[in-house]
Amino acid sequence: MKNTVEIRWHGRGGQGAKTAALLLADVAFKTGKYVQGFPEYGPERMGAPITAYNRISGDKITIHSNIYAPDYVAVVDDGLLESIDVTQGLKKDGAVIVNTGRSREEIASQLKRYGWKGSIYTVDARKISLDALGRYYPNSPMLAAVVAVSGVVSPDEFLQEMKDSFAHKFAKKPEVIEGNMKALEMTFETLAEDKKAVKKSA
Amino acid sequence: MAIRERLSGNEAVAYAIKQINPDVMPAFPITPSTEIPQYVANYIANGKVDTEFIHVESEHSAMSAAIGASAAGARVVTATSSCGMALMWEELYVAASDRLPVVMALVNRALSGPININADHSDSMGARDAGWIQIYAESNQEVYDNFLQAYPIAEHEAVHLPVMICQDGFITSHGVENILLAEDEKVKEFVGEYCPAHYLLHEKEPMAVGPYAVSNYYMETKRGQREGMKNARRVILEVAERFERMTGRKYGFFEEYRMEDAEYVIVMIGSAAGTCKAAVDRIRKESGKKVGLLKIRVFRPFPEEELAQALRDRKAIAILDRSEMFSATSGPLGAEVRAALYGAKSQAEVVNYFYGLGGRDITVEDFEEVYTKLEELAKTHVVKDMYAYIGLRER
Repeated sequence: MKNTVEIRWHGRGGQGAKTAALLLADVAFKTGKYVQGFPEYGPERMGAPITAYNRISGDKITIHSNIYAPDYVAVVDDGLLESIDVTQGLKKDGAVIVNTGRSREEIASQLKRYGWKGSIYTVDARKISLDALGRYYPNSPMLAAVVAVSGVVSPDEFLQEMKDSFAHKFAKKPEVIEGNMKALEMTFETLAEDKKAVKKSA
Repeated sequence: MAIRERLSGNEAVAYAIKQINPDVMPAFPITPSTEIPQYVANYIANGKVDTEFIHVESEHSAMSAAIGASAAGARVVTATSSCGMALMWEELYVAASDRLPVVMALVNRALSGPININADHSDSMGARDAGWIQIYAESNQEVYDNFLQAYPIAEHEAVHLPVMICQDGFITSHGVENILLAEDEKVKEFVGEYCPAHYLLHEKEPMAVGPYAVSNYYMETKRGQREGMKNARRVILEVAERFERMTGRKYGFFEEYRMEDAEYVIVMIGSAAGTCKAAVDRIRKESGKKVGLLKIRVFRPFPEEELAQALRDRKAIAILDRSEMFSATSGPLGAEVRAALYGAKSQAEVVNYFYGLGGRDITVEDFEEVYTKLEELAKTHVVKDMYAYIGLRER
């Protein structure tokens, strides 16, 4: 991992992109990193495109501007790909991580018109969430996908921290802890296969 | 040992309020400060503090209630932003002239119009003449630290003035960063009990607070306020020293960043100073050019002499304002810093730029450009863009 990793999240108001950025900051913080997690607010309304950011570093972070040349981009809603160039400023050796039920090839052809030729990872957060939890919460799979691709936290540390955090968060609903953990593990598994495929196509 | 945490600026202020446990909090919600009363209301509901929360129907009432409670002898806190503070306008002056140590968490946001919810300093800068002490922060750590220092400053017998603890809306208020928190016992000891010498509900000492003052008395009241503000200079530094003994973190009227040998200097306030630090580091590393930053923490009282001393012998200075005052020339910070430099007979070249109005982002590259301009200015002595806007979209 580079000393400072910058991540940009794209989502729609109410979908949890900001929460996901804050959760990632949380996990990275717990492993001893310096972190920033912050939203960029446009007009406040449900469904409007929103952006959130993470800086994660081994050193103290003082910069308070938005991120224009991210190392990774996470897209919580693949419908945004149509209207927003999510790859804008994205570093060439960076990667886009998209929550989608569509294939990587399909996403790649959609991103081609923005000139993006770099890595693309897909995660079907809906399917994983429904399989593991029986309900649609895209945050856990998206978070695991960003961790798997970026390496800002090692998978083992991540899973341990999330387990502790779920145990705390769901102290009164212990039955959902297992499902949430399963969602994270399933994401790691699909991403491992995706990583091989990305390597092959590169 | 300090507590290692990660909090947003609003969470940090609410946490400080929890540790201080003030007597009364009247507040009315407004973005981006709403979370502060919201979190405190949670602490109250969960029995973590015994603060009395007063639900009011407007910010005018919030400050009125703060004034009433403070005059009665209570320790008071409120929080607001932007138009919310504008609605308190009349009461801001009353709090200050009644010499009430009210503490307000101000989350800086642009004033309307056009309506905008993002950071700039037009709200607090507009209130710079209201008689409040104003302390600004670059980071969540600083806003927390400043908040803990607010009561010992405000309540000091030689000061007795209200204090505004300012932070930039969304940028720090909603951004999560690493932070070190002091332990509850230490905070309690540092802030101490509030035992005012005179207060309205003292049955053995009848007094009036805020009566009408005829011309024969009004001016003396103002002179008294000025004395409190003058004393605040000393008290702010004393409290900062005590704070350093508790936490190891050092504060003054301003922070000098890589200023020892700096020839080209940016003077500014608030969260973007952190971005400027990154530019200073990058320029010094890549070209060795002597650039530095002076970040103002205390704007009221204005540290004129100390500032002039720190700035007078530099080659070129850019003063950056995050609010307009429509003098059609300078911004508030620009006007006051230049006056200080004039008083010190400084020969430094000076420009006064505007940035970040209504939350317009400012980047490391923008700051690098300002330093390039300063270098040019020191060479040519020709000022081309005295009051330029940084990052403006030109047609």
